[in-house]
Amino acid sequence: MAPLLEIKNLSTHFFTDDGLIKAVDRISYDIHEGETVGLVGESGCGKSVSALSLLRLIPNPPGKIVGGEILFEGRDLLKLTEDEMCEVRGNKMAMIFQEPMNSLNPVKTIGWQISEPLEIHLGMSREEGLKKCVQLLTDVKIPEPAARVNAYPHLFSGGMRQRTMIAMGLGCNPKLIIADEPTTALDVTTQAQLLELMKNLTRDYGTALIIITHNLGVVARYADRINVMYAGRIIEKGSAKDIFKNPQHPYTEGLMASVPRLDHDTKQKLVPIEGQPPDFLHIPKGCSFHPRCVYAFDRCRVETPELTPLSEKHEAACWRNVK
Amino acid sequence: MSNNNDKILVEVKDLKMHFPISVGWMFKKTIGHVKAVDGISFKIARGETLGLVGESGCGKTTTGRVILQLERPTSGHIFFEGKEITGIEEKGLRTLRRKMQMIFQDPFGSLNPRMTAGEIIGEPLLIHRLTQSKGEYEEKVKELMTTVGLSPAMMERYPHEFSGGQRQRIGVARALSVRPNLIVCDEPVSALDVSIQAQIINLLEELQEKFNLTYLFIAHDLAVVRHISNRIAVMYLGEIVEIATRGDLYKKPLHPYTKSLLSAVPVPDPVVEAQREHVLLEGEVPSPFNPPPGCKFHPRCPNADFPRCQEEKPILHEIEGRNHWVACHGG
Repeated sequence: MAPLLEIKNLSTHFFTDDGLIKAVDRISYDIHEGETVGLVGESGCGKSVSALSLLRLIPNPPGKIVGGEILFEGRDLLKLTEDEMCEVRGNKMAMIFQEPMNSLNPVKTIGWQISEPLEIHLGMSREEGLKKCVQLLTDVKIPEPAARVNAYPHLFSGGMRQRTMIAMGLGCNPKLIIADEPTTALDVTTQAQLLELMKNLTRDYGTALIIITHNLGVVARYADRINVMYAGRIIEKGSAKDIFKNPQHPYTEGLMASVPRLDHDTKQKLVPIEGQPPDFLHIPKGCSFHPRCVYAFDRCRVETPELTPLSEKHEAACWRNVK
Repeated sequence: MSNNNDKILVEVKDLKMHFPISVGWMFKKTIGHVKAVDGISFKIARGETLGLVGESGCGKTTTGRVILQLERPTSGHIFFEGKEITGIEEKGLRTLRRKMQMIFQDPFGSLNPRMTAGEIIGEPLLIHRLTQSKGEYEEKVKELMTTVGLSPAMMERYPHEFSGGQRQRIGVARALSVRPNLIVCDEPVSALDVSIQAQIINLLEELQEKFNLTYLFIAHDLAVVRHISNRIAVMYLGEIVEIATRGDLYKKPLHPYTKSLLSAVPVPDPVVEAQREHVLLEGEVPSPFNPPPGCKFHPRCPNADFPRCQEEKPILHEIEGRNHWVACHGG
């Protein structure tokens, strides 16, 4: 079966006064219907830019998608006109943003905001839209949904706002939802509630989900497959099991060793990754991870490794794996 | 005070910090209080790390600030090295603050952008007149920078020239400069990237060993707190609901809130994760302005026993002399 979304060699660059920033550099991955894929990386590794690129929401200037293909249901999104793209956005592909505080309009009611895409994409009237809105708010477990339709976002707590965002994302029953750090701004218990909710709803609605996060625990619990990003590139991809049991890229390995775990012996020392993530203006030559890598040898400093298959579904971009 | 004075560095007794809520600008009227901290007691032994966990708004930061006397408590007592420090006057505070320091959460907001790294680290030395000459001062600042893993060559740089992890190191060096006994670490790693967090955690552990420091480690990340703390206190709506050694707390949590907090933290391992039992809490944390009566946790508690939990407030009590304290009617 053809994947729902297939990204091939996507590159998004920013042309700034200081120089060229390759925020997303030739990344490729795919996602099948109903599947959950995790995109993991630290702040500034390009994971959010890659997500915004899928919806063609990159501010231009300074940003531009400079190459690649985004095949969604067989169509290349990069070849669509802006009108055709509007048909896809929010309708077939929706996004849930990180900041529930800033991504709702403070001067419009919750009902207005959730029913707006329903009116635009599904041709519903305001009344039908609000009716559907009550049902969506019930689905995301907001108490007293009928009364909340007329409330403004400032009356909602952080968790409730993020529930509203999920309701909005699900509204048009999209094929794919992209959740960009959906729970980072929230408390642990709220985070657990929301992730569980998203998992159940995407299963019930049959929606594919891309979870973008820096939290390894979150992807371990929810993702079927994982892509690890570093300095604008995907440096390892594989099933969740492969990535966690048998990480092949030194960066993935380093991430695992540097996070304290609830199920580990407390006497175990953490092994940090030394140094800093690189600045996009001065990406190291060769493998961008080599200055922080404990295994780096001469080839790593000169040539950039490409993703190489290790087993059927596990790939890593590291010279150690190339014979 | 008891004879284990030497062992106990900090003792907090029935501490309360209520912030008044006023309305009106001319005839101010207090309409109620936010009970940020509502009657907590605990002790911290010398050289120990006490972790303080809880969700945002549970009063953990306020607790840290009150111990340092950055806020004057509404009522209660704080003993430091056996002496009561609540209500101490300004003059006494200055000598006191030499012994207790704080590391803040936000490495971007807590450093003065107009001062160089060297000036930031050295300022406490000047304030407390800890160095005799300019040469000694510079020597000391350089030594501090080396201790926290910064190059002394960076002395003349300004905070914006440093990365988040390096800025947090400057904050650590500043706290260390006066050779304190107690350091309150308020979410010291939560603003940092995953790969940098481990660097700072390891640094804090090394420094503790080297200088025999005592930490009050405030954080919401349970995995981090478990890693660094000897004992852990769990807070909910201004109250401590459970205190135990880290082993006991993680292996045998007694309070339903602790249990759900622990199960809410995902373990980065899909195989382990699939087998774990998840206790999901219903609803959200109520407002500290108008907390529920009885046990404050009862509206969200999966095993609340009505009407007792609704009417009677549970007292923090010790379980079988194991130094494991819990405030719950059940179990």
